[in-house]
Amino acid sequence: MAQVSFDSVTKQFGDTTAVDSLTLHVADGELLVLLGSSGCGKTTALRMVAGLEEVTSGTVSIGDRIVNDVDPKDRDVAMVFQSYALYPHLTVAKNIEFPLRQRGVAKEERATKVKQAAETLGLATLLDRKPGQLSGGQRQRVALARAIVRQPLVFLMDEPLSNLDAALRAQTRADIVELQARLSTTTLYVTHDQVEAMTMGHRIAVMSEGKLQQVAAPEALYAKPANAFVARFLGSPGMNLVEGMLVESGTPDAEAESGRGALSVAFAGASVPLPAAVGDAVRGSGPEVVLGLRPEALHLSEDGAIGATVVIVELLGAETHVICHTETGATVIVRQSASAAKPKIGEAVRIAVDHDPDSYHLFDAADGTRLGGTT
Amino acid sequence: MTAVTTAPGPDPVPSGAGDEAPAAPVPGGPSATLRSRRRKQALLAYLLLLPAMVLFGVFSFYPFLRNFKLMLYETPPVPGLPAHFVGLHQIVPTITSTQFTQSLVTTLFFVVLVVPISLLAGLGLAVAAHRKLKGMAAYRVIFSSTVVSSVAVAAVVFGTLLNPVVGLLPWLGINPTPPALESSTWALPAVALLTIWQFLGLSFIIMSAGLQSVPDELLEAARIDGAGPWTRFWRMTVPLLSPTIFFAGVISTIYAFQAFGAVDILIGNQNAARLHTNVLIYNIVTELQIENNDGAAAIMAIVLFLILLVLTILQLRFLERRVTYAR
Repeated sequence: MAQVSFDSVTKQFGDTTAVDSLTLHVADGELLVLLGSSGCGKTTALRMVAGLEEVTSGTVSIGDRIVNDVDPKDRDVAMVFQSYALYPHLTVAKNIEFPLRQRGVAKEERATKVKQAAETLGLATLLDRKPGQLSGGQRQRVALARAIVRQPLVFLMDEPLSNLDAALRAQTRADIVELQARLSTTTLYVTHDQVEAMTMGHRIAVMSEGKLQQVAAPEALYAKPANAFVARFLGSPGMNLVEGMLVESGTPDAEAESGRGALSVAFAGASVPLPAAVGDAVRGSGPEVVLGLRPEALHLSEDGAIGATVVIVELLGAETHVICHTETGATVIVRQSASAAKPKIGEAVRIAVDHDPDSYHLFDAADGTRLGGTT
Repeated sequence: MTAVTTAPGPDPVPSGAGDEAPAAPVPGGPSATLRSRRRKQALLAYLLLLPAMVLFGVFSFYPFLRNFKLMLYETPPVPGLPAHFVGLHQIVPTITSTQFTQSLVTTLFFVVLVVPISLLAGLGLAVAAHRKLKGMAAYRVIFSSTVVSSVAVAAVVFGTLLNPVVGLLPWLGINPTPPALESSTWALPAVALLTIWQFLGLSFIIMSAGLQSVPDELLEAARIDGAGPWTRFWRMTVPLLSPTIFFAGVISTIYAFQAFGAVDILIGNQNAARLHTNVLIYNIVTELQIENNDGAAAIMAIVLFLILLVLTILQLRFLERRVTYAR
């Protein structure tokens, strides 16, 4: 039983700040995903929990114990590396057995536990092989077996799926989720892949340039991103962000008729009226704002508010992404169902926004924070 | 001149040729041009190899092959008389002579002194210099510098250090009698020390290169799995380095078998036999220059060649098997 806590943790490499006063609590039994692009400090944060990097300031604790100065071997954590880091000169069985052996577990017990772990991960027939004789997926499972075999307090996983092909990745993703749920071991999972994060994490912590951007459950993170970075990072494709001015526009009559507020976001050649709920929440902000619209909240319609030119049409089978440039040069992606009429490249179109107030996200133009609250 | 030409050169095509259907490839046509191009390339390759071949031929292959002729002749002990043919008859007496067997034993003892210590020291230095610390590059340069120091200079320096009057030992208060370089017990270890020092640079470089290929993540994984520094070294680093260590071992063995300069400069030929520093090459040179016995020297040289050949074959075999370590 262990929660993992970062309290104002900072890590510096020379003049570079890799992790900037990170405060984050991982609950006992939780699978928390650290998400961010490469170099955002997520792996460094993970390595500080493992004890492979020293903490510059702040405290890292596992359970009730501050582990800043505890040796990796005494932290009772297990780590799965991106490269798997299997011991190439040892057989699969010896690889899985290694952590038990180092802890002085008796021979019979070791044998039982290795067998259990191997069976859990479907490695029973491969125990005598060397890592060099295994496929990528099998190596990955050996690395997992080596992690689970000694039942550590915490699992640390550093992009464990990034060396697998797409099909295997989806399968293993589900396997890890299932395994973690069964063992209910606190897990910190690092990835740059937002699909992995969304499908696996109980909560997701988004990091950028060493700073924590937002921690929330996947749905909440997607529905109410705390800032423009999170908005753009999550979703495939990410949220459309258009810079504009918050202006009073509509007449009271129009408000009564359409149910829309008197506020709208104006940018070159277009003015997007905001629903009353959204308008009330952000009234008084700005006036320079960034309007965020998810691709699925948009559709092509003759009476749409935004004029644009089609640049690329991507067919994905189940859906189509229409990539347009607005008159200000901003890129806006519209997600259409496969059955919708496909525009031609170069065609002038108008883009309409759904009426649902949740479709509108407004961010401060200066610092990117969400306007109108995240709840 | 053939009618069909594949060269798209500016040759004027005879009028009427254009009317014909494209000529079917004539058997041997394109492949003939290919073959001639290959021949040209091969010729160029041999031409470029020629200088090296000449050098090797004159200074390595010819002397080597000449040994096999020399070993069939015996030079009389009296100068001026021509060598006479004895066939294979002097082989057995030469390799069973006390002088040769003692020299062989001395050499083996020397190898046993030099190889393990230079490997361990090289590995130790490489591991020490592998850590990511500031100023480590300077240490790496220092550790590998013995590679570029000449035997003669090193021998003079060591000779001075071990000198009973002005050396380091008397300065430290150690004054063995007889002095190290004149003692039948310590002369060979002193030569070995110099040889170890000389080989240390190369040993360090080879081990460092090997260490670079051991992924950091493996050692980190072992650390998290509960292995202390000692276990990580013996159970991870050493096994993963074993091909490198083996390679360095064979190289240093070959190197130690051929020790000559160190013995010659530190001990000199008057004392070599008395002080038990009469290693194989030294013995061969003595046989040739002092005894004037070309035939016996040739036989000893061939024995040394065979020993080194076996070592080299072993190394190649062993390394081939160990290559499967690669991830």
